Amino acid sequence: MTEVAKANPGRWKFILGGLLIVAAIVYLIASSTQAAAQYYLTIDELLAKGDAVGDRDIKISGVVDGDTIQYDIKNLTLRFTIANVPADLDEIEKAGGLAETLHIALEDPQATRLEVEYIGVMPDLLRDEAQAIVTGRMGEDGIFHADELLLKCPTRYEGDVPLQAEDG
Amino acid sequence: MIANIGYYVLVLTFLASLYGAGAAAYGALKNKPEFVESGRYAMLLTGPLLTVASAAIIWLLATGHYEIGFVASVTSNSMPTYLKVTALWGGQEGSLVFWAWLMAAFTSAASLRKWDRDREMLPWFIMVTMITLAFFLSLVVFFENPFARLWLSADGQQVTAMLQPTGAVPLNPPDGRGLNPLLRHPGMIIHPPALYLGFVAYVIPYAFAMAALITRRSDDRWIRITRRWTLVAWIFLSLGLILGGRWAYDVLGWGGYWGWDPVEIAALLPWLAGTAFLHSVMVQEKKGMLKHWNVVLIILTYALVLFGTFLSRSGVLSSVHAFAKSAIGPMFFVFIGGTFIVSLSLLINRWEMLKGENFLTSVFSREALFLLNNFLFMGILVVSFWGVIFPLISELITGQKITVGPPFYERANGPLGLGLLILMAIAPLSAYASTTWKTIGRALWKPALVTLLVPLTLYFVGIRNPIALLGYTAAALVAFVTLYEFWRGVMARHRQHGENLPLALWRLVGRNRRRYGGYIIHLGVVLMAFGIIGIEVYQTETQATLSRGEQVTLGRYVMTYDDISVFDTNDGRNVARAVVSVYQDGKFVDELYPRKDYYYDSQQAVTIPGTRSMLADDFYVILVGLDPDSRSDATFKVYHNPLVNFIWIGGIVFSLGTIVAVWVSSGRRRANKTSSATRSTRT
Repeated sequence: MTEVAKANPGRWKFILGGLLIVAAIVYLIASSTQAAAQYYLTIDELLAKGDAVGDRDIKISGVVDGDTIQYDIKNLTLRFTIANVPADLDEIEKAGGLAETLHIALEDPQATRLEVEYIGVMPDLLRDEAQAIVTGRMGEDGIFHADELLLKCPTRYEGDVPLQAEDG
Repeated sequence: MIANIGYYVLVLTFLASLYGAGAAAYGALKNKPEFVESGRYAMLLTGPLLTVASAAIIWLLATGHYEIGFVASVTSNSMPTYLKVTALWGGQEGSLVFWAWLMAAFTSAASLRKWDRDREMLPWFIMVTMITLAFFLSLVVFFENPFARLWLSADGQQVTAMLQPTGAVPLNPPDGRGLNPLLRHPGMIIHPPALYLGFVAYVIPYAFAMAALITRRSDDRWIRITRRWTLVAWIFLSLGLILGGRWAYDVLGWGGYWGWDPVEIAALLPWLAGTAFLHSVMVQEKKGMLKHWNVVLIILTYALVLFGTFLSRSGVLSSVHAFAKSAIGPMFFVFIGGTFIVSLSLLINRWEMLKGENFLTSVFSREALFLLNNFLFMGILVVSFWGVIFPLISELITGQKITVGPPFYERANGPLGLGLLILMAIAPLSAYASTTWKTIGRALWKPALVTLLVPLTLYFVGIRNPIALLGYTAAALVAFVTLYEFWRGVMARHRQHGENLPLALWRLVGRNRRRYGGYIIHLGVVLMAFGIIGIEVYQTETQATLSRGEQVTLGRYVMTYDDISVFDTNDGRNVARAVVSVYQDGKFVDELYPRKDYYYDSQQAVTIPGTRSMLADDFYVILVGLDPDSRSDATFKVYHNPLVNFIWIGGIVFSLGTIVAVWVSSGRRRANKTSSATRSTRT
């Protein structure tokens, strides 16, 4: 086996080819990241940034206020308000999990709120105290116009068992 | 009672796996075979023990023991029994136990093989698998206990704990919250076990690779032993991915099947590494090259299997699948990092031992093209991994979370995928060692000439989209080259042995199952590419709010809204079911029933599309909602999904091809048993 451990005479073309492919992949990643990057912000961060965000697509996370959900079914126009949720995982941990954090954020009258408009099908998961992750841009009218709406319901947590459970 | 037994069995299994790992390693180091044997018994014990623990959970689920936190969170009275049972993998705690159970079953099966020639690897195989098992068991024993009870603490808080907290009283809820209705679908019942089987089966080749490194075996024995395991792992992982796509298409109601969601990618990453591995091991078997690389790939696959489980179970990333953040995140992080570093150090330590026996000589040789294939798979892997972790990286560096969406993956992975397709057309024509572009050209020109007709025809019928033209041309080339390969093989047998064509085909595939199984898999990929390009480039959609009798037009289709009914079912749903008629070119073709089911127990609606599914296209209708005032005007979203069914058909062909390839070893075993009677061609 040691006999063949000499340098391969034709190896340079393989090394060159390999480097070219690696360079192509790096280019693809860099340029695609550039083209598709979106800021992921909390409502507070968005308001703090103001115009600095420009007309880039941004992603905002917040908790849905169920009372504000309005759906104009004729025009498929969905409107609702989301309240600021801290993005810091440690803070979420301290509050006792995501479900608890969302609950607290919605109850907090001081929490900043943002009105969201989304045109399309109302997602099945949209409801009170769900976490909404909306992608789109801020309008001149102060309403966030979302092209994409993602919902997360951390429902498998304590406090979710029906209340009548206490009688048993 | 049952819960306590279940929990103690889990603890016992955890201790058994720790003991197994320790005893086997000690026995190997001190050269005391009785300790290795004892470790092996401990390992064989984990399977039955975990069967008891899983049976306990299933029994609790099926009989509605809602005083158990996990049971209350995933089942409810209105669920049918089969869903209660399969709720085992509907939540975090249960699915971790399920993972461990499969893992124990697989390792036991692997350990029952004849170890005569590989005695020295056995203790290390036991150690690696039992450490992995112990890790998963530690998660359920210490953090995510499926047997923990619900309690009402003194200050009125509801808590989940194994032992009664002071001052707390037991809670006995009459009903549970029920499984997320989105998961109550046949695809979702098979999809997680399929993925888990794939994940778990990859632990076996990893364990053999580590055992080979530790015992300084420089041959490719570990690859040959685990060939069937890698294929089994691979087919389950592939099936899991395809079924997940089918579930998304049937249930999520957005007309798609893959959304580059982090958790989808989490399952794709080990598949990519595993697929690269599947190709590059052939180079090691045939030419004794890429030895280091294959070890790196199997380590990577193992790490990505853990990473995949971690992503879907930790909530680090925002995803529709993810559960909330839980304590097991850091544990996973430490374990993945730890095993990865230890494995790589071991490889570096044994580096010299694994020197290649040959060089790459020709650019068009089979081994060079396999290497290129690996580059492309790794490229897609790196792109996808980058997309998943980019938010974390950007936050770390700039303090600002920046995400990338589906356009990133499509833009970066598209060219790499196209490259793989083209490679799939050329590589089967190359030979090992030295191949020139002339030999390739000689084999390629006939199928290539036929392929030229495809873009010409497409252009002629008015298709101008460059992605469609390029993609379909590449896919057609693969299809023609592969079919031509079959044809040449069949004709050769026909001439030499005088066999008729079906028999010649049967024998051709039977004599070289891995090669022709691989070709069938490639044909499955072509069919899937055909469907994916079709729906991605030519999907159209529209939406409309209609009164009864009104219609909406989409391309050649017209849909009229005939009727709606809203009713309660006896399993706790409120169903709104519309009746629509579909006309194609003015002719009535079908009646569809898109619905919206509202589940009272989990207060969630599920949209079930009405689909007219044909080979050429799907007509896919979603009932978006009812006008609250009239209770009869309904809003529909309508999709036209061309060629989407080729994705599923391709998936079936793909699976069949894998089965053909897996069969190789059983054929050989039969050949060994009847070696005297069997002709030497069966090799």
